[in-house]
Amino acid sequence: MLRSLLDRVEPAFRPGGRLARLHPLFEALDTIFYTPGHVTAGPSHVRDGADLKRIMILVVVSLAGTIAMAMYNTGLQAHRAIEAGAAPRDAWQTGAMLWLGLPFASGDWVACSVHGALYFLPVMIVTYAVGGFWEGLFAQVRGHEINEGFAVTGMLIPLTLPAGIPLWQVAAGTTFGVVIGKEIFGGTGMNFLNPALTARAFLFFAYPAEMSGNVWVAAAPAAAGVDAVIGATYLAGAAEQGTAAFSGLSWWEAFVGTVPGSMGETSALACLAGALLLVVTGVGSWRIMAAVTLGTVVTALALNAIGSATNPLFGVPFWWHMVLGGWAFGTAFMATDPVTAAQTDTGRWIFGALVGVFAVLIRVVNPAYPEGMMLAILLMNVFAPTIDYFVVRRNIRRRQVRAAVP
Amino acid sequence: MEHYLSLAVRAIFVENMALAFFLGMCSFLAVSKSVDTALGLGLAVIVVQAITVPLNNLLHHHLLEQGALAWISPALAGYDLTFLGFLTYIGTIAAAVQIVEMTLDRYAPGLYTTLGIFLPLIAVNCAILGGSLFMVERAYTLAESAVFGFASGLGWALAIVALAAIRERMRYSNVPDGLRGLGITFIITGLMAVGFMAFAGIRL
Repeated sequence: MLRSLLDRVEPAFRPGGRLARLHPLFEALDTIFYTPGHVTAGPSHVRDGADLKRIMILVVVSLAGTIAMAMYNTGLQAHRAIEAGAAPRDAWQTGAMLWLGLPFASGDWVACSVHGALYFLPVMIVTYAVGGFWEGLFAQVRGHEINEGFAVTGMLIPLTLPAGIPLWQVAAGTTFGVVIGKEIFGGTGMNFLNPALTARAFLFFAYPAEMSGNVWVAAAPAAAGVDAVIGATYLAGAAEQGTAAFSGLSWWEAFVGTVPGSMGETSALACLAGALLLVVTGVGSWRIMAAVTLGTVVTALALNAIGSATNPLFGVPFWWHMVLGGWAFGTAFMATDPVTAAQTDTGRWIFGALVGVFAVLIRVVNPAYPEGMMLAILLMNVFAPTIDYFVVRRNIRRRQVRAAVP
Repeated sequence: MEHYLSLAVRAIFVENMALAFFLGMCSFLAVSKSVDTALGLGLAVIVVQAITVPLNNLLHHHLLEQGALAWISPALAGYDLTFLGFLTYIGTIAAAVQIVEMTLDRYAPGLYTTLGIFLPLIAVNCAILGGSLFMVERAYTLAESAVFGFASGLGWALAIVALAAIRERMRYSNVPDGLRGLGITFIITGLMAVGFMAFAGIRL
């Protein structure tokens, strides 16, 4: 039925039809529901039966666990704060919870998920609406098809944000990430920085109060005049007290992800499941993930061995680095971005290892930022083409020697 | 030793000449079309920087500074010639560039031709003069200024090579007409600086 409807309106969008200028919109809608008769023909991707849209949808599927955890954990943190004596926030989300008759109980996972969803979904909707607007505008004006990549970018952006972020900031960040990070380079496959990370970094530097260290929990404290409970993340805590900050927390709890943090980043378990799916389907590079892990372990062990009297973060062991903050999320979904990571296999090892090294170094050595994963990946995105260049040059030279080309 | 290492790390990453101070932008933007040329210019900047900063340090401490002339005769101890600083530093830089130029012309004529006008232009590259002025302002010793000169040149070279590699890959991009060329390069430079902000705030 849908097919016949699409077929019926299709002539209007053909060149010469009444709505020919809206063809990119029609094409995007059509290929979401049906595999097109043609395969990717752009210059920057291998031609394959699995076209870009299927690959992107696979990534979104692999994010499902993270999304579920994002909703559950946001609600759970709020309910824990409420049970500890805070009042529910004076916001429409609280009204909706009361209207639905759901309790503010941390044991009730349905209530937790619904409460979290009430915070997560608006952010996601704003991201998709604003990003979709820019995508559509650029596609119309520049006459290319709507980029499939935004399905993933639009999902990654809300997952890296804290729950309490004002929606206008989400709109501003998405605009920057999509337009400056991607569209002015010509769209998916031609950008050099990951658009989701660009958006996150833009918000991080422009509105540091909302984005770093302390995390907003969706409950109002007993004292009047303050809008929300602010809880320090365990990474920020570790900067003050070292491993002692983890005393009230089991490693397992951090691994599953029931700790305060950005919405989608807390659960290493969900990221691991997503990473497995990406590796099995061949969408994400296992070399990058392995290399990031290796880089993190080696750097953390080296810093443990060096030690420091003044900086307790030197003593944080690598298994903690891996479950805290955005490490797992970045490794699974950000560093493996096929466009902005290194594109040669040797290059991927170098790229990943350096991401791991810099992530730990920034966390430990830089007092300005408690979280280094995002910045490390962004930095290595800048150097990925350089790494590729030298790997390719080395290969050419080796083959010249082998073939004895004069 | 540790002190010099942290000085070098700071000059390469935290206070990168190109991406934190935006010094030496003219050649940074103009000579970054191919990695080979960028590497050559980067090397030239490293060499010039590593020569001029310690040399200017010597000149500053033994000729220009308040009381520096006391080694000639005690009667000259009262003179303060720091107002001649700019002139002297530029003179040293121009001489060093001449030497590098003649060396390249003799031993690497290919690179000499590719760098073309930009080699003499190193003489007025603000990153080079900036290096010497930072040295004076931060009161580096001779050893410190040698490390700083080399490391800040290296940081600049690293940045221009990364930019050139990105621009080589950008040949596949579909940039809007109005932004082709310098426009998009400015934006790339800005985005690279965002990447380098990872280091901002590190105190060593």
